[in-house]
Amino acid sequence: MTNLTHLTIEQALKGLDKKEFTAVELTQAHIKAMEKFRSLNAYIVETPEIALKQAAESDKRRAGGKAGLLDGIPLGIKDLFCTEGVQTTAASKILEGFKPQYESTVTANLFRDGAVMLGKTNLDEFAMGSSNTTSAFGNVINPWKRKGDNTDLVPGGSSGGSSAAVAARICMGATGTDTGGSIRQPAAFCGITGIKPTYGRCSRWGVVAFASSLDQAGPFARTVKDNALLLRSMAGYDAKDSTSADRPVPDYAAAMTGNIKGLKIGVPKEYRVDGMPAEIEKMWQQGIEWLKAAGAEIVDVSLPHTKYALPVYYIIAPAEASSNLARYDGVRYGQRVTSGKDLKDMYQKTRAEGFGEEVRRRILVGTYVLSAGYYDAYYIKAQRVRRLIYNDFMSAFEKCDVLLTPTAPSAAFPIGENEDDPVKMYLNDVFTVTGNLAGLPGLALPAGLDAKGLPLGLQLLGRPWGEETLFNVAGVIEKAANFTALPESVQKAA
Amino acid sequence: MSIDKNTVRKVASLARLEIDEAGLEKMTPKLNGILQWIEQLQALNTDNVEPLANVANIELKLRTDALTDGNCADKVLANAPETTAGYFVVPKVVE
Repeated sequence: MTNLTHLTIEQALKGLDKKEFTAVELTQAHIKAMEKFRSLNAYIVETPEIALKQAAESDKRRAGGKAGLLDGIPLGIKDLFCTEGVQTTAASKILEGFKPQYESTVTANLFRDGAVMLGKTNLDEFAMGSSNTTSAFGNVINPWKRKGDNTDLVPGGSSGGSSAAVAARICMGATGTDTGGSIRQPAAFCGITGIKPTYGRCSRWGVVAFASSLDQAGPFARTVKDNALLLRSMAGYDAKDSTSADRPVPDYAAAMTGNIKGLKIGVPKEYRVDGMPAEIEKMWQQGIEWLKAAGAEIVDVSLPHTKYALPVYYIIAPAEASSNLARYDGVRYGQRVTSGKDLKDMYQKTRAEGFGEEVRRRILVGTYVLSAGYYDAYYIKAQRVRRLIYNDFMSAFEKCDVLLTPTAPSAAFPIGENEDDPVKMYLNDVFTVTGNLAGLPGLALPAGLDAKGLPLGLQLLGRPWGEETLFNVAGVIEKAANFTALPESVQKAA
Repeated sequence: MSIDKNTVRKVASLARLEIDEAGLEKMTPKLNGILQWIEQLQALNTDNVEPLANVANIELKLRTDALTDGNCADKVLANAPETTAGYFVVPKVVE
């Protein structure tokens, strides 16, 4: 039964329908695998009892002919989504023990369609990081290793627990959130597929807020089609999030026709950055060739303000974070340090102790750029440049339908690397952050392995609400790349 | 632009983050590294460019003015570090 964990969601749904196995059996196989891979630290909390209960209910629904779109599929839920009655921490000490009294809209949508929750996956604290090394609950370890080298590598971040869990076959799919690349970069580092949809596609209600004008939820899975199935369930209008879009959710899987003849693929020249490994450049070129062979037309485009995207992001995201994180005061929920001599002292001690170093750093940057005298010079300036970046994309999309870029400027790196210099760590998001600033959908998928045996990813960026085109093009790349490699520790049982 | 320890201390106080001398020593150069890096935006001319605050292009809806929630004081208080008689408890504010 071990191989049940190697099925795709699409295959599992067929198997469940044909009664080859039950949802309980599928869930049990994943619970066992989850226990076996605890050393990866992918989950902060495992919820096997909830999973088995949901699976048993799913089997009943299916027997009664009432199975939902994802009925019986075991998923990992990023611990940034509030789950009713189940500890939700955002990987921060300040929220340790917090049990939401309500369910996030995205998880409620998944449960409505029959999904099963295996547990809450680890992440960078408050989703701030690119390596999953800022979690108060310990580092997540990437199931991939360099060939002949046992060094532990990062899974990427911030949704590192979700991406590691999907890659290690300890869930079939997972939820993530992406503020600057937190779905796409970890997907690339773990050799799986993930999509950040258009801003407004998924409700942010019940998702612990980081930077509200950039945050967007999305799925991880091992195939493009599985992502299409998950996103269809997660997405949709929600009156509780005023920025969620009131437009119908398409059947994304149905958009995967494989026909991309005449489609125009833009290749932005500014995404060739200094110091990018030749292998990533080669992979990019390979992606271009695959799409050309499938009948697409390649167009050179320019996004001239690309180099300003990261500095813009590191003003806007910390500014919004400093406001959002003002709510953690030790009064209404979360941890409190009781030794304060008065109220202000209690706030200060609670926050200093509850937040980790990276979070405190970003709160300070955010508070500074919003403070009197600096607001125009930093925050408004960044918003002006954000418009220029947005305009770049809109001009590019007059010439092409989709953009093809690498996902990250490197493969997964060893835990501890890039830690000394925050700016160096931030550069991980150089190709992904533009999609958040412009609100565009971005899909990352594995395209091959580098010489050290680590996965490298390609990214597709689309027009606002262009998810269907992304899924269709991604399906073509997926077929051409035929990425079947597995981490050594995750081989199928014979 | 670079900031000194006193500015960091002031910003930390605004952000309600306690920070000691050792913390200031460690934090100040890292903040300066970030601030110097974001400084490159100043080189770009943005005259006549409207700030972009939100990309959603979604018109906010008006909701009906009706009660949709409430009567859940227990849930609201369920995660509070300290409560009494249906209230949050904080250290004394007024002498």
